Amino acid sequence: MFLLEVKDLTKRFGGVVAVDSLSFSVSAGETVSIIGPNGAGKTTVFDLITGVHNATAGEIIFDGSNLIGKKSHQIAKAGIGRTFQLVKPLRGLSVFENVLVGAFARTGDRGEARRIADDILEFTDLSSLRDAQAEGLPIGLRKRLELARSLATGPKLILLDEVMSGLNPSESKQAIELIKRLRDERGISAVAGVEHVMQVVMSISDRVIVLNHGKKLAEGRPEEVASNPEVVAAYLGKPG
Amino acid sequence: MRSRLYLSTLAIFLLAAPFLFTARYSQHVLILVLLYVALGSAWNILGGFAGQLSLGHAAFFGIGAYSAAVIASKTALSPWWGIIAGPIVVLPIALVVGWICFRLRGPYFTLATIAAGEVVRLVALNWSELTGGAVGVVIRPSGFSGTSKVPYYYIVLVVAVATVALCQLISRSKLGYYLMAIREDQETAESIGVDTTKYKLIALAISASLTAVAGAFYANYFLFVDPTIVLPLALSVEIVLMAIVGGLGTVAGPVLGAVLLKVSSEIFRNEFAQANLLIYGALLILIILFMPDGLTGGFRRVAALFGRKPRRVSA
Repeated sequence: MFLLEVKDLTKRFGGVVAVDSLSFSVSAGETVSIIGPNGAGKTTVFDLITGVHNATAGEIIFDGSNLIGKKSHQIAKAGIGRTFQLVKPLRGLSVFENVLVGAFARTGDRGEARRIADDILEFTDLSSLRDAQAEGLPIGLRKRLELARSLATGPKLILLDEVMSGLNPSESKQAIELIKRLRDERGISAVAGVEHVMQVVMSISDRVIVLNHGKKLAEGRPEEVASNPEVVAAYLGKPG
Repeated sequence: MRSRLYLSTLAIFLLAAPFLFTARYSQHVLILVLLYVALGSAWNILGGFAGQLSLGHAAFFGIGAYSAAVIASKTALSPWWGIIAGPIVVLPIALVVGWICFRLRGPYFTLATIAAGEVVRLVALNWSELTGGAVGVVIRPSGFSGTSKVPYYYIVLVVAVATVALCQLISRSKLGYYLMAIREDQETAESIGVDTTKYKLIALAISASLTAVAGAFYANYFLFVDPTIVLPLALSVEIVLMAIVGGLGTVAGPVLGAVLLKVSSEIFRNEFAQANLLIYGALLILIILFMPDGLTGGFRRVAALFGRKPRRVSA
């Protein structure tokens, strides 16, 4: 029984096929990376799963129910969290309030929501910035805040869109650590969309799916995928 | 607690105000200020908290006012029933307006609310059997009236205090945080489980109902309504000004805005005769130039200068 099962998912924008009968699955507690060059369709896949766009064809089964046709907020409530490639902090609110809004997905009670928010801030190591305005944070912390806000909703699966882009080496090391702890300490599955940074892919993924022009090019354990000649060709171009 | 002391002092002042200001004109200004406190605060729930800048709130005010007027002209009941009937009539209309306008975002939403406001004004103008058309409705007074302004003062005080208290309650609740999330980024809000359409409609429903209550009070106080008085676009703009000048999305903002703008416009009208609007305009420009986030934002920055920890009013 898979947590997430995507079957023959297709999305056309006019004449462009952004995602072309893509199928993959994610088990509970698994971290899967979707890699592929810029424009491969990673963000579109995330937008389809979270209901930002409607699929042209295909099925998305999460936790036993079909997500096709559901709205973003319903999908979030069902247990899929996400972060955005271009981070979207709630600017006028503090770090704590950003996470608090997420926590209200689980409870209407203010005290309970505050407890959840503080727990998540602790987990993501943001407690020291509790009262800072989200607007002024540097990119690394803004990405972490996005993750924290999404975690506060209590997801079973979290979709991380370009978690590493724009981070410096020490920030990406922290991010890798946090993604590992999601799985190990909280049992949350993750699908990470990563453009490059193979070191990241290697260290966090149980499995890797390679996407190119909206199609699945390869799938397997990180070291298998990294040595697949087709994958190398997609990234570096064909020899000769 | 220092804030409790401030609040008690304010409460005593508000309760004693009609006895401190015994002139009928001063009492009239007090009533107007409180009416606009209620209007600005009601608008702020939708415009400030949820960030949906409506320029059609005169419609809800007018419908509230007409509810009272029609009750008085068509039935034997007291026009005060308008305070209950107003929100009941407004609610379905607001939900239809919201259902249409919330498909649009940003300036397009604002334009659609202007259109909705104008539609309501034109309906009132042309539906003569019910509204009296351009002639309007004269309301025969019921209960106390004419002689003293004091009862009106206490009624509008209750309306204003209840509206502000509700804003304070909302600002600390799940609803308030969801509205602020919608204001900041609707896509993000959806991604963390906020049903943006539903919560925007809730904000509109509360905001429109409270505005209708204020409208019904207005009709009872002035005893006359016509479309140019209770339904003009200028009224919508004036309501928005209270909140923007005071501080969008803060509980105290519309209160401060209404006090400053209403009191100063009355003073200017008395002191500067024909030039009063010119001076009023200059005041607005100065505030917007030097306090772009409103009076509450300005005060917060001044407080920060003197080393006090800045405190967000909305949190």
